[in-house]
Amino acid sequence: MWSGFPLFPEQASTLASEVDHLYFFLVALTAFFSILIATLIVVFAIRYHRRNPAAVGAPITGSLPLELMWSIIPFGISMVIFTWGATVYFNMARPPDETLEIYSVGKRWMWKFQHIDGQREINELHVPIGRPVKITMTSEDVIHSLYFPAFRVKADVIPGRYSTVWFNANKAGEYHLFCAEYCGTKHSGMIGRVVVMEPAAYQAWLSGGTGEMSLAARGQRLFEELACHTCHLPDGSGKGPSLVGLFGSQVKLADGSVVTADESYIRESILNPQAKTTAGFQPLMPTFQGLVNEEGLLALLEYIKSLQPAGAPGAPAAASTGVETQGERTSQ
Amino acid sequence: MTTPLLPREHYLNVRYGIKSWLLTKDHKRIALLYLITVTGFFFLGGAFAVLIRLELATPAGDLLSSDTYNKMFTMHGVIMVFFFLIPSIPAILGNFLVPMMIGAKDLAFPRINLLSWYIYILGGIFTLWAVIVGGVDTGWTFYTPYSTAASNTNVVATGLGVFITGFSSILTGLNFIVTIHRMRAPGLTWFRLPLFIWAHYATSLIQVLGTPVIAITVLLVALERTFRIGIFDPALGGDPVLFQHLFWFYSHPAVYIMILPAMGVVSEVVACFSRKNVFGYSFVAFSSLAIAVFGFLVWAHHMFVAGISVYAAMVFSFLSFAVAIPSAVKVFNWTATLYRGAIWWQAPLLFVFGFIGLFTIGGLTGLFLASLGLDVHVHDTYFVVAHFHYIMVGGAIMGYMAGLHFWWPKMFGRMYPEPWAKFAALVVFVGFNLTFLPQFILGYMGMPRRYHAYPEEFQVLNVMSSAGATILGVGYLIPMIYFIWSLRYGRAAGPNPWGATGLEWTTQSPPLTENFPVTPVVAEGAYEYSKREMRVV
Repeated sequence: MWSGFPLFPEQASTLASEVDHLYFFLVALTAFFSILIATLIVVFAIRYHRRNPAAVGAPITGSLPLELMWSIIPFGISMVIFTWGATVYFNMARPPDETLEIYSVGKRWMWKFQHIDGQREINELHVPIGRPVKITMTSEDVIHSLYFPAFRVKADVIPGRYSTVWFNANKAGEYHLFCAEYCGTKHSGMIGRVVVMEPAAYQAWLSGGTGEMSLAARGQRLFEELACHTCHLPDGSGKGPSLVGLFGSQVKLADGSVVTADESYIRESILNPQAKTTAGFQPLMPTFQGLVNEEGLLALLEYIKSLQPAGAPGAPAAASTGVETQGERTSQ
Repeated sequence: MTTPLLPREHYLNVRYGIKSWLLTKDHKRIALLYLITVTGFFFLGGAFAVLIRLELATPAGDLLSSDTYNKMFTMHGVIMVFFFLIPSIPAILGNFLVPMMIGAKDLAFPRINLLSWYIYILGGIFTLWAVIVGGVDTGWTFYTPYSTAASNTNVVATGLGVFITGFSSILTGLNFIVTIHRMRAPGLTWFRLPLFIWAHYATSLIQVLGTPVIAITVLLVALERTFRIGIFDPALGGDPVLFQHLFWFYSHPAVYIMILPAMGVVSEVVACFSRKNVFGYSFVAFSSLAIAVFGFLVWAHHMFVAGISVYAAMVFSFLSFAVAIPSAVKVFNWTATLYRGAIWWQAPLLFVFGFIGLFTIGGLTGLFLASLGLDVHVHDTYFVVAHFHYIMVGGAIMGYMAGLHFWWPKMFGRMYPEPWAKFAALVVFVGFNLTFLPQFILGYMGMPRRYHAYPEEFQVLNVMSSAGATILGVGYLIPMIYFIWSLRYGRAAGPNPWGATGLEWTTQSPPLTENFPVTPVVAEGAYEYSKREMRVV
């Protein structure tokens, strides 16, 4: 049991050292004030240990300058920590523009990962070194939380909505991947490993896939199976609006408001189409609740993301296969 | 100094028989009813902790099944939070002392006081019933949709227990507020009040204002679970994060329900055993109110990774740092009180030294969690577990132990054995740190909380923690034994064995049912030790 007795987690992402610097600062601060208070208590307790049972203390009631000092200085220090912590948090909340996108679905008690190119993994995630990775996640049942201690990031995975987490791994190796939000019986078994690989090794791993369809291609097949394509014609002449160029655009709704067509909007429009009807179209679309699972939704989402107007940058053919894109597609 | 004798008549011997206890309206007897039942829950919650630490001594989940383990930490949390920590100091020491410290004969509503104990018992019965028929496994936080849609354990019964017990807490708070406003002895102005009273006043405000929110929240959980009304479960059109807002709106202030009364104890004990005024009385008093008010505005710091907006997170982070300041002010004032005192090393003071040290570490590690970028990493890990145990066990229970030793002679008229008590204080302090310091490291290394099994590299620290828990358990059993021993064999204490100021020490120990033969008149502040000659009577 003594084999390997680490006291500090590995640093394997660009964010890790940012978090650790703040941590060390706070450890030093905690040590300083704890030792200060403990020393004062011990020194006073010994120095002023009563000499006889009738002794009384000095008639001191307080000191305004001291009160101000030990209110204002801690407040100042805490504001430094606040600003520092908020800065790190902003960096965690905002992924860079260019990221490698991966999807994940949590369910009791496993993590499913879906690469754009088609590879699917369970409780194991392969990522390249030196490239920001953004994971878009949802849950099939209860709240989970995807946690990579070596990257110092986690985010709750919540049923009915998408959340994201991003990191830029900078050290090859295998690290823990945990579920951090209690989710029932096998919560502590909802773990796995993240494998950080050199870019070349990662490419080799990618192309070593089983020739599965890309996620967008799977989405397209589902799009046809569910007969979405009978109404959502590319030229907008169908009963439903065209989905070409939809993702990321501003959509005018029947009630006059405008929404951004992001992941959550597309998800809602599939499961609860009447919630936000596009202006100029009848609310005819039936719900697909129960007909398509979370992974199917992600495939549809990825397909819709891939529908870019001809000539738009980064617009692959709708039915591209994994071999063509090789994980090169990036988010907008 | 002559050897004191027990008074001929006091609240304990004025009537005998089970009826005289179960139908009593005497706040002191009701305090003892709470003492017995709360202690029972403490040892039950502690037994669950023993099983948790035994299981975690090895990486594999080999002692208990996963489901049983999950029930253990849930019931440990539910019982310790709702049935031990929240009622401990207010319902036992507060009940006994609030009227005595302000020179009153009883609380404002003695019947409601008794009612609140019965409500507590009823809530306890529901929860115990839930434990006996199979337990509950949601974690004490009852997070949705797990609690409403996935768990197949006794969520509703436990929730009802928590719901019912909440009313006991509300009624006690209400009773204290009215009593403190209306029943102070002549001359006892607000700024002559003992800080214990200020702390209980602030606590009572939280109990009255906050507890209804948890009551509504667990009721909504029960409704969704029973009737499938969509409130929190997204499958029914609800919002699971809404639950977290509602839950923490009470449950963060609840932490201050646990710690503020302990802070009140610390102020009394520090002043008495250093024979001095509490340094910066008004700052200590107002910091209690500041904590009560700001405590209501920081709940979402439990949700920094739950997908709340970045800007909301910043506001809650800022306010969480702000709420740390009044606590820091208190620690500095207590330390300054020792300066140029005449310090008498007695067990209550040793427990208080433990409190100050451990609370300081607990408070400072709270800053780690309030810092947004750092919280993302340590949220839901053992770092959080260690932090809140430093506050609740290192803080609240240390304060409770200090208070129990300090006022034990007043409650029962007999002294506990001092050397044993000093030994127990030391054992608790050592055991506590050995249990929970390693958990900070485990947390930073990434060990998530509520894990039945864990990777092997975490074992050494877990073994240290389990070993420490054993010592800590012994540290709590020793006082249990000598307190019971002292009831019969302890030396008679006399009215004021500590030579303390405070009205409760001006009357006999144990007191008369009506506390004071004549209503006292107050002419000075609470801690005028340096003005008076030391008198141990």
